[in-house]
Amino acid sequence: MFLEINPLVLPDIGLVFWNTIAFLVLLIVLGKFAWKPILKAIHDRESGIEDALKKADKMKAEIAAMQNENEALLAKAREERATLIKEAKEASEKMVAEAKDKAKSEYDRIVADAQAAITQQKNAAITEVKNQVGSLVVEVAEKVLRRELSNKADQEKYIKELADGVKLN
Amino acid sequence: MRCNPFKSILVATFSLFAMAFSAPLFANESPAPKEEGSFNVTETILEHIKDDHSWHLWGHVSVHLPVILKTSKGFETFSSEKLVDEHHEPVVYKGNFDYKLFEGKIKIVDAQGNLDKVASQQLWDLSITKNVASLFVSVLILLFVLLISAAAYKTTGVTSAPKGLQSFMEPIILFVRDEVAVPNIGAKKAGKYMPFLLTIFFLILTNNFLGLIPFFPGGANVSGNIAFTMTLAVCVFIVVNLSANKSYWEHIFWMPGMHWSMKLFLAPIELIGVFTKPISLMIRLFANITAGHILVLSLICLIFIFKTVFASAIAVPFAVFIGMIELLVAFLQAFIFTMLAAMYIGMATEEHHHDVHEAHDAHGEHKDLAHH
Repeated sequence: MFLEINPLVLPDIGLVFWNTIAFLVLLIVLGKFAWKPILKAIHDRESGIEDALKKADKMKAEIAAMQNENEALLAKAREERATLIKEAKEASEKMVAEAKDKAKSEYDRIVADAQAAITQQKNAAITEVKNQVGSLVVEVAEKVLRRELSNKADQEKYIKELADGVKLN
Repeated sequence: MRCNPFKSILVATFSLFAMAFSAPLFANESPAPKEEGSFNVTETILEHIKDDHSWHLWGHVSVHLPVILKTSKGFETFSSEKLVDEHHEPVVYKGNFDYKLFEGKIKIVDAQGNLDKVASQQLWDLSITKNVASLFVSVLILLFVLLISAAAYKTTGVTSAPKGLQSFMEPIILFVRDEVAVPNIGAKKAGKYMPFLLTIFFLILTNNFLGLIPFFPGGANVSGNIAFTMTLAVCVFIVVNLSANKSYWEHIFWMPGMHWSMKLFLAPIELIGVFTKPISLMIRLFANITAGHILVLSLICLIFIFKTVFASAIAVPFAVFIGMIELLVAFLQAFIFTMLAAMYIGMATEEHHHDVHEAHDAHGEHKDLAHH
């Protein structure tokens, strides 16, 4: 037989026996204490990485959403500020206008009052002047009448004197 | 041709090869009477490739490994030292029977020292030979390396990056998982066969590498031994056939979708295929590794054939070159063995959705036709 003549292709029962034992020992020991924990660890790590990536994606999406929200809020805030400023401006303008109106009317009133007072005083003064002029005229006339009889020249001179002496006011 | 000195070197070397190979072939066909001082290439190479009862370390130092025999009178253990004299020539050892080495194998001899073939057939040699010892070394290396790697996952945790030995082993394990197991068996079922495939892969790989080391703890030719490859092939055969599902057997014995005569014709072919698959695994690994060893040894033997030290100028660089290729082959053969084992398992566990779909489609068409 071919197997008999070629020692290379004739399996030794001894090596088959020991190899079977060695292989089974390896399979059991490594299977339990090496392959199982190693494969489990690798699997755990892979799923961990996958989870982390998914989480990162989710976070990214969340951050993007938040940014959008922030921008919207910011825009809204800006708009609100603009309206607030506008309203404040309007209010202040209105207040200034009101104050102006009020001041003007007060001023008008004061001016009117003053004019009225002035007019009254003037009238009173004129009346007094009139009275005084009247009494002076009467006095002058009395004095003129008293000196009329003595001298014509003197008389005239006297009248002139009197006239000079008359002081309105 | 002027521009290709490499090619001419190749041609020269391959002619030398032819000479180296023709010499042992010639010697094999008509064993020349052994002369003192002559150099027998075949014997030298075979001696290095074959199993042995002692492990030669260096010079005159060798370890005599224990012999374990099972005979009709029970078990018997003694040192292999007792089977050889001080000149390494076989002598008769008297135990339960009279034992003597014939071409490195223990046989039972009669009182005159002649081979007793009938009694020898009852002899079971379970000795710790060089190959068995080397196999144990590889097992210890594997246990040591892989248990340390596995422990690293406990200490450094799952989330941190692998370190040291662990980071060396992990890519190989991932390679077996992602390139061998998952594509052939499918992600769902691959996990169940991963320990088996990984053990086979690492056992072959370690022994391939150990076989390339020319001195202790290497030097044995375990993965180039037919007993080793046969054991692993038988393991694959058992696993494949135990995990085979109904559709696998149906495809072997009664191929679906064929005429009955074709089915009858295909069944024996497919049945033979069940056995040729593991046999091809066995022979492929054995032949590749043994061939590599023979090649390297032949190149080194060139020096002794030409009996000049200058032959080493060609022999050594080419032995190194072949050694490099052998490193690749060591990995490649471990990969191929595991790959094919995974493929066979995949074929045995495959579920044939395809046929079911076709049947459904056909059914649907009939319905449609009926509607029309």
